[in-house]
Amino acid sequence: MKPWNVPNVLSATLVVAALGVTGAASASTLDDVKSNGVLRCVVSTGVPGFAYPDASGTWKGFDIDFCRATAAAVLGDSSKIKAVTSTGQTRFTLLNSGEGDVLWRNTTVTFSRDVGVKLRFHGINYYDGQGFLVKKNLGIRSAKELDGASVCIQTGTTTELNLADYFHANGMKYEAVTIQTNDEGRQNYVEGRCDVYTTDASGLAAIRSTFSEPNDHIILPEIISKEPLGPATRQGDDQWSDIVTWVLNATVTAEEKGVTSSNVDEMMSSKDPEILRLLGVEGSQGEELGLNKKWAYNIIKSVGNYGEIFERNIGTNTPIGLERGLNALWTNGGLQYSPPFR
Amino acid sequence: MTDASQNYETGQHPDLPPPLSEVGILGWLKHNLFSSPLNTVMTILAIWFLWAFIPPVLDWMLFDAVWSADSRKECWALMEEPEGAACWAFIKSRFSLFIYGFYPEASRWRVDLSFVLLVLAVLPVLVDKMPGRKFGLIYAIAFPFIAGWLLVGGLGLEPVETDQFGGIMLTIIIGVTGISFSLPLGILLALGRRSSMPVLKMLSIMFIEFIRGVPLIALLFIASSMLNFFLPPGTVFDLLLRVLIMVTLFSAAYIAEVIRGGLQAIPRGQYEAADSLGLNFAKAQILIIMPQALKISIPGIVNSFIGLFKDTTLVLIIGMLDPLGIGRASLADADWSGLAREVYLFIAMFFFICCFGMARYSLYLEKKLHTGH
Repeated sequence: MKPWNVPNVLSATLVVAALGVTGAASASTLDDVKSNGVLRCVVSTGVPGFAYPDASGTWKGFDIDFCRATAAAVLGDSSKIKAVTSTGQTRFTLLNSGEGDVLWRNTTVTFSRDVGVKLRFHGINYYDGQGFLVKKNLGIRSAKELDGASVCIQTGTTTELNLADYFHANGMKYEAVTIQTNDEGRQNYVEGRCDVYTTDASGLAAIRSTFSEPNDHIILPEIISKEPLGPATRQGDDQWSDIVTWVLNATVTAEEKGVTSSNVDEMMSSKDPEILRLLGVEGSQGEELGLNKKWAYNIIKSVGNYGEIFERNIGTNTPIGLERGLNALWTNGGLQYSPPFR
Repeated sequence: MTDASQNYETGQHPDLPPPLSEVGILGWLKHNLFSSPLNTVMTILAIWFLWAFIPPVLDWMLFDAVWSADSRKECWALMEEPEGAACWAFIKSRFSLFIYGFYPEASRWRVDLSFVLLVLAVLPVLVDKMPGRKFGLIYAIAFPFIAGWLLVGGLGLEPVETDQFGGIMLTIIIGVTGISFSLPLGILLALGRRSSMPVLKMLSIMFIEFIRGVPLIALLFIASSMLNFFLPPGTVFDLLLRVLIMVTLFSAAYIAEVIRGGLQAIPRGQYEAADSLGLNFAKAQILIIMPQALKISIPGIVNSFIGLFKDTTLVLIIGMLDPLGIGRASLADADWSGLAREVYLFIAMFFFICCFGMARYSLYLEKKLHTGH
């Protein structure tokens, strides 16, 4: 790296300003990641089940595992990641200013983010939606019965707008108790300052799991919004976009074909041509992506397929305890569907 | 022996002891707690409040608290009722994360060493009777560079990237850097603002008014996300360094105004006295003006420092994990989440100890320097 000096920076600033702010996007993200030897993922500062540091400071969670999968594909080593922690306000600027290579940060894919913020989204790794959590002893069984309820709601989020829309559309009134963080929401809900807590259903499940008597609370069946969460990259680097897209697809295809981290070595001699193409035994798909032959093998071997990632972090055997629901494979009635590897 | 029946000549009666109700504990109680009906009611209310409030808090925090467990569920199982007491086991399991952030475990001795060196550097600055203070002060000036080398690495040490800094270590780095660099900068700015040289004066005023007119959070946002758009692609300009610079500049602007207040309180005669002794500007400032101005400004300066130290938690917004950030991130661990009270209480205690310490030191300094007889 060149030493940082003032005339250099000034002249460079003028050049950048003259060209218009182009962002720090350099020629190829893939080359940058390979030369750095580490993948920088923009992640959240903590969402239960999706991203959190364990006691030794290692990041874990559903989003983190997808970041690891990307690192396994690109660098062949799922441990070569760096978590760039970001808040809701800074996540896109961190990505666009080049301080992160890819964003895996339970981010809802929306039109304005895709088009307005100039991001590229690459499929959906978790289908979420906004729901309601209430105490069982209130006797409420449907969101339609919530007229007049006080609702704990995080400010400045899409959930706030969804809530207003839903109550307006159903001719109901509510009293908003605005909060900043999930912890604050939990505390307010537990102490009865609001009857209802609303956020994404995955978040509700996570909060419910922290109650001393989780079964005293229910998540109402109505899901009032679509919150498809997915990875994002900067616009203008098609090769890198392809890689992130197919990392996600590889995990889904692997689950569909029954390839898991424990049987991936046996699957190398499978009879199914698609499995052979996926694992790089046949075809040249790794090379076409700019990666090596074993990119998908590395993902499945070190991180696992979509189902394994789901069950390990947020599935029914974890404290979060989420059902697959919409996130089941399309063959099981869910929405997870990968285009074929051919 | 005093006997009521005894007769004394006028004016010769020996002094009687004061009535029991006016001295000792009873007298104190009567004068301080029960001197009027209103005070009596207030006293009773206060006693009732303390009696109702303190034992449950102590029970919750200490006597019923669980100190070792492997998860929230285990913690609650050990209590009489779930959530009935503090679960400090959570803080214990994350303790090193709270202290060191994501600093690599093998290199954590470097953080410990830096902290010891910090204490050694701060002592000669704070305690003026220390033997060998001169060398201590030279060392204190060299300390930031030594600590920087120890923490970041290079030149023989394993490099550690600053985005792995976190927790209390990060707070102390930002706080100490901000405090130690903003004071000299603030003095220069204060002098600049009072200078008779128009360009210098204008620049100082513009700088101070701009920084004071913008919230710290906005400056941090500029540091974290906007600067990179203006730097040439590929320039690595460390985020922590950017934050340190912003925090220092921000604090310097406030310190400058506090010191300017001190300067204005110094009578004209002092300047004239310095001039009449034939001192040049620098000597007059160092020997006569500044010692008095700084003494007057101590409460304000320490106030700014305490504010700065607490403002370091704002780096959470730009995704740096100070103790508050570590706490929030740890609460996302499904094994433990739901223990927000313990986390916030722990962080509050850390900040209280630091800030209270600073406040006491400033009181001590004020007393020591109180020479205006």
